[in-house]
Amino acid sequence: MSNKEWPLWEVFIRAKQGLNHKHVGSLHAADVQMAIENARDVYTRRMEGVSIWVVESKHLHANEPSEQDELFDPANDKIYRHPTFYILPEELNHM
Amino acid sequence: MAEKDLLYNYSLHLADNSMILGQRCGEWCGHGPVLEQDIALTNIALDLIGEARSLYQLAAELKGGNANEDTVAFLRDVMAYKNVLLVEQPNYDWAYTIVRQFFYDVFHFYLHSELINSTEPRLSNIAAKSLKEVTYHLKWSSEWMIRLGDGTDISREKMQDAVNGLWEYTGELFMPSAIEQQAFEAGFAPDLNILKPLWQEKVEDILAESTLFIPENNYQQKGGKTGVHSEHMGYILADMQYLQRAYPGANW
Repeated sequence: MSNKEWPLWEVFIRAKQGLNHKHVGSLHAADVQMAIENARDVYTRRMEGVSIWVVESKHLHANEPSEQDELFDPANDKIYRHPTFYILPEELNHM
Repeated sequence: MAEKDLLYNYSLHLADNSMILGQRCGEWCGHGPVLEQDIALTNIALDLIGEARSLYQLAAELKGGNANEDTVAFLRDVMAYKNVLLVEQPNYDWAYTIVRQFFYDVFHFYLHSELINSTEPRLSNIAAKSLKEVTYHLKWSSEWMIRLGDGTDISREKMQDAVNGLWEYTGELFMPSAIEQQAFEAGFAPDLNILKPLWQEKVEDILAESTLFIPENNYQQKGGKTGVHSEHMGYILADMQYLQRAYPGANW
């Protein structure tokens, strides 16, 4: 047997119909079928979900952490992008 | 045998199989080959012990007096246990564990598929709940049969070893004890003769897909159902019952 580690997979669970899938963690598995079964066993034991997505971690792409400043800092002073300047009618106060 | 005694004894047949196999699977807790499978197998162990609990509760109710699920599970001796020899066989390695599980899962699946039609509602309810769990167990163990059987040379050799070693314990599943026979005649237990060809066909299918063979030597062991267990059984009970025997009534 080769000692190679099984590839890593990211697991997304939908808690109930109508909600979106949320990332819950990762696990190792030899292939997609094993990944789904492992996800069932590891992440849905306490009724956490009704649907499972898995994706091999290597297929996720992330931004460069070194670009933090130019990517995210500019949003810092654009408060007009928050829809907080509308005056809502009384009835909608709890929006 | 009075109907009540018969149901009591038949419940123990079902419960002891699940209890002892659950105990065996539980031995892997913290020792699984990978974290994910450690959890998968302990999930299965807990399903089995959960099923056993429901059946022990029924048995205790039938027994009456001071009996409860714990006294039935923890205060009987080896000879009073009715589980088949297959489920008490040691884990040895992952291959033995998977093959034992697979042989039992196929049986368990067809058993409960019939038991949901039992004339005894308490049994059919337990079977209905358990059947969903067992369906997953069977999927899980079938997957591993195929992965490792049709895997590398070494994994295949280990799986074939386990099939050869465990095959002689499969026949007992379908040899009815006097209790099972009477329970069938009374209408609340399935006919083991109907289950056998279903089991055989499923096992042959999965073994073929796993590139594994049924051994030619067809000598079959028996005894578990009537309390004549292998030497392993005493050790399992020693582990399992130690706490209740040393600290009677202990609770948490």
